Amino acid sequence: MPATTTPALRADPPRKGEGKVRALFLRELKLATRAGGGALTGVLFFLAVVATMPFALGPDLNLLARIGPAVLWIGALLASLLGLDRLFQADREDGSLDLLVMSSDRHMLALTVLTKCLAHWTASVLPLVIAAPVLGLVLNMEPVAIGATALTLLVGTPAIAFVGAAGAAVAVSLPRGGLLVSVLVLPLAIPVLIFGVSASYAAVNEPDPFLPPFLILAALTMFLAVIGPAAAALALRYSAD
Amino acid sequence: MRLIAEKLSGERGGQPVFADVDFSLGAGEAVTVTGPNGSGKSTLLRVVAGLLAVAGGKVRLEGGGEAFPTVASAAHYLGHLNAMKPTLSVAENLAFWRDFSGDADMGVGEALETVGLGAIDHLPFGYLSTGQKRRAAIARLLVSRRPLWLLDEPTSGLDARSAQQFTALMERHRAGGGMILAATHLPLGLAGVAELRMGELGYA
Repeated sequence: MPATTTPALRADPPRKGEGKVRALFLRELKLATRAGGGALTGVLFFLAVVATMPFALGPDLNLLARIGPAVLWIGALLASLLGLDRLFQADREDGSLDLLVMSSDRHMLALTVLTKCLAHWTASVLPLVIAAPVLGLVLNMEPVAIGATALTLLVGTPAIAFVGAAGAAVAVSLPRGGLLVSVLVLPLAIPVLIFGVSASYAAVNEPDPFLPPFLILAALTMFLAVIGPAAAALALRYSAD
Repeated sequence: MRLIAEKLSGERGGQPVFADVDFSLGAGEAVTVTGPNGSGKSTLLRVVAGLLAVAGGKVRLEGGGEAFPTVASAAHYLGHLNAMKPTLSVAENLAFWRDFSGDADMGVGEALETVGLGAIDHLPFGYLSTGQKRRAAIARLLVSRRPLWLLDEPTSGLDARSAQQFTALMERHRAGGGMILAATHLPLGLAGVAELRMGELGYA
């Protein structure tokens, strides 16, 4: 048999990966918002944690206002860890993960992971960032503090998704890896929490500057946007069995 | 284009499953991998697809050119699992793989007609029967172009008529210069295939 290819089998010239990224992003969004997708779990958990806080702390409005940014950040951190363990596990269970890994010769696996992270963030964490200002009112926070906290959440929470992807990839083959993912990810997410909360406080406490911690937070997110998906891609490559 | 395996060995969890397998597959050719349970048929396919590390020897694709630099980039892999999401409709699932895999070939509607699912393309994939799910997974092979098909028990769950239709699809793929490496217990009805018998190393 001659080793030539018929025209029918000649591939198109390599296209840019934009269409693929968009297709994957839209699929992930659809999956998250359809029945059983779990996009609302995070925001409901966030509401539950923050809404019960005033009941536990009592009617001290000044105390609530003072700890408001920290409460919102802790709630957001824990809520965005929920559902992270399913990031790759669902794909592994139905065989899609094999095909995603195989396609890495055409476009980087890290890019696929980054796309999945961004879709996860958009579907599960962005609603929580949008809900944060409303909960800020419940906590008697000043408008400036509410604005600053929402802004730091918007900039900081993607970093948690990127670190979380690495944790989720490591634990992908463990059927009950949920808590393990949270434990793996939490120490790495602490710097994000520290700078997020300190920037939120700096916005209302006069002498402290807002910009330095905020910029470090942004830098952390960008740094982890590179490191997280790359680490996750490595873990996925070697976890296949 | 030619797929060549030389002294290929594979292992699972450190346990050797097969060793020193040689085969070569040219354009328009097909090889069926047969053998008892546990003889390493699926492992061989996963090693060829690059999903498992090569334990020894090598597998390579010759003449793939710029479009298909590696075996994985030239291959469609149809494993035991169908790689479809139960909550998305059949057409949505297929449209995703078409966009994601690139090198679009057949349209989604046309591919579903070909496997006889045209009338139920709007149903969530989870609602289909086992055989219909398999046919939807087979339609994935048609929507984007890959010269090498790696098929792991492709006809499991298919009724006789669907299996025949799938044979016709495989013959058409070969006629267009495609290559097929299929692990199977059942005869696939392909003309002029080479057979690779596994499990003669005493590991089975």
